[in-house]
Amino acid sequence: MRPALLLLGLALAPLPALSQADAPPRSAQQRVGEATSDSHGFVSATRFGQRDGGALYAAICAGCHMPNGRGAVGAGAYPALAGNEKLEHTAYPVGVVLHGRHGMPGFATQLDDAQVAAVVNWVRTNLGNAYAEDPATPEEVRAARP
Amino acid sequence: MAEQPGPEQSPSRRALLARIGAVAGGAAMYQAMTALGVAAESAYAGPVKLEGDARGASVLVLGAGVAGMVAAMELRKAGYRVQVLEYSDRPGGRCWSLRGGDRYTELGGETQTVGFDHGLYFNPGPWRIPYNHHAVLDYCKRLGVALEPFVQVNHNAMVHGRNAFGGKPQRYRTINADYQGGIAELLAKATKQGKLDEAVGKQDQEILLESLRAWGALNTDMTYAKSVLTSDRRGFDRDPGGGLTARPVPSEPVAIKDVLSSRLWSYLVTGSLYEFQTTMFQPVGGMDMIAKAMAREVDGLIRYNAKVTEIRQDDRGVTVTLRDAQGAGGAEQVRADWCVCTIPLSILSQIEMNVGAPMAAAIRAVPYAASVKVGLQFKRRFWEQDEHIYGGISYTDLPIRMISYPSTAYGTPGKGVLLGAYAFGPYAYEFTALPAAERVKRALEWGAALHPQYKDEFDGGVSVGWHRVPGALGCNGAWTDAKRDEHYDNLCALDGRIVLAGEHASYIPAWQEGAILSSLDAISRLHRRVVSA
Repeated sequence: MRPALLLLGLALAPLPALSQADAPPRSAQQRVGEATSDSHGFVSATRFGQRDGGALYAAICAGCHMPNGRGAVGAGAYPALAGNEKLEHTAYPVGVVLHGRHGMPGFATQLDDAQVAAVVNWVRTNLGNAYAEDPATPEEVRAARP
Repeated sequence: MAEQPGPEQSPSRRALLARIGAVAGGAAMYQAMTALGVAAESAYAGPVKLEGDARGASVLVLGAGVAGMVAAMELRKAGYRVQVLEYSDRPGGRCWSLRGGDRYTELGGETQTVGFDHGLYFNPGPWRIPYNHHAVLDYCKRLGVALEPFVQVNHNAMVHGRNAFGGKPQRYRTINADYQGGIAELLAKATKQGKLDEAVGKQDQEILLESLRAWGALNTDMTYAKSVLTSDRRGFDRDPGGGLTARPVPSEPVAIKDVLSSRLWSYLVTGSLYEFQTTMFQPVGGMDMIAKAMAREVDGLIRYNAKVTEIRQDDRGVTVTLRDAQGAGGAEQVRADWCVCTIPLSILSQIEMNVGAPMAAAIRAVPYAASVKVGLQFKRRFWEQDEHIYGGISYTDLPIRMISYPSTAYGTPGKGVLLGAYAFGPYAYEFTALPAAERVKRALEWGAALHPQYKDEFDGGVSVGWHRVPGALGCNGAWTDAKRDEHYDNLCALDGRIVLAGEHASYIPAWQEGAILSSLDAISRLHRRVVSA
């Protein structure tokens, strides 16, 4: 279960993973071999490939917040994103997606600015949320990065 | 427990170490490892000694995972009155095995019923024990948990890359031999051309050449080429035999440039790492044999299906509010003088609790990693029967990342269960977000690239995405060095009458050793406080 580990494969590679900077875009090589997956899913061990907000939600957020956005309750809970007033302004969801919150990991190194904006805007305008005004922009996301 | 071999990795302490090793050499890496606390000998100094009179003090242990049960066992032995509250209906927490007939309901409500044959199992959580995890091994010994070798490195297992060798899986053995041989040949050439004169004295160059020959299986002309010598490493086209078919047929090595560009060399290192070196162990019959043995030891102390909703301390004790985990009945309160809380931070960060600001900040600071495993049952052990793979792990850059074959019951007829996927990072999130059956289906499709038999022999599967495990909400605490600097000591310090324990309160995250050492350290400090009061 330990995520942290054996990255010797990168020993001879440049060091993007150690910097806070955006990792480079996926190479063409990483796109090969995805015949059995949806067009942009499962493309890399370090980056998400989906560009569309709904696809990003389905691939990432739905794991905890559930496909219907209603969250889940166990020993702890995943909050519902459906009908969630904290989504009214972009700053909060952009910050949470980038930096995480409590037990939720941040995705700053796994999503680029446009992807973060796309998924935030999708959540703000779906799942019973109707915050279409002042959508998040890649520029806003960039400014919110560490 | 986990590893992320090969290309396309996310950042980590280990990546840093690898780079230090690559750039500055082994000694520098070892020094750095010691500084980061990974290479030193285990902190385990034998059974914990809680000496002095506990004066009948009571302790509430929250969580019946490995950390919680160790605390309960040792504190009771030291004279404390102990009660354990556990959210789920079984002991062990992440120390867990799934067997035929088991039902597992994940967050979101989907239930999987495991269809494995009798005696077959799958460990969704920890699955192997390093020889240097002295505390886990000692508890196994003391509690009578039988161990058997866990095969980490199997030279006859595969290494596979989508774009390596046309997607055809290679034997670990051949890539290992050809990588080593190719490097040895290059170094020998450089030495003979005088290119290492500055680094290595003339006399030592002779020794270097001799060692390269031995290490890389170089022929007398210092080349790595097709021969019986090199085939003794990489295997033969036809193995040596007896009688008239005795003569071996050597195999053709892969050129070093092709080995390098395949990047399959990246899978060769794992088994050399401290945590994955031979010998590794597993409990006979499933990892939860440890949980069951510990639960027997603390028989009667654990209350299951108890969901903690509030932890409140005052000058004289700790009051914990709980509800039935299945939702039946109202709130109830339990009180004790002290509290050892092993609840994962993913959950604890949501529980109302009056600790000081430093501990509260630490509890909120640690995100929980994604991880997914898929267990697959096949109608026969084709990996043994067809491919002579006995235990060990095949690695791939496909989203399943690895396939691990059972390190037990070799050669038995009937069905077999293997680990069909073990992923972290984006792949793990993407797997977790799929319906359970779809995870299994994907694992089958991708795994068939290594084993075409998958399609005909598949017999059923089960998948666990750790973010959907109701009592865990994630795989493990994902610390960074910066977060440790800021929060780790505050997380571990006794706060009034409450102390935390678990893998998240250790420098061995996601390993049971971390959970146990953390627990022993926590209860030792708690006990010192009690006896000195």
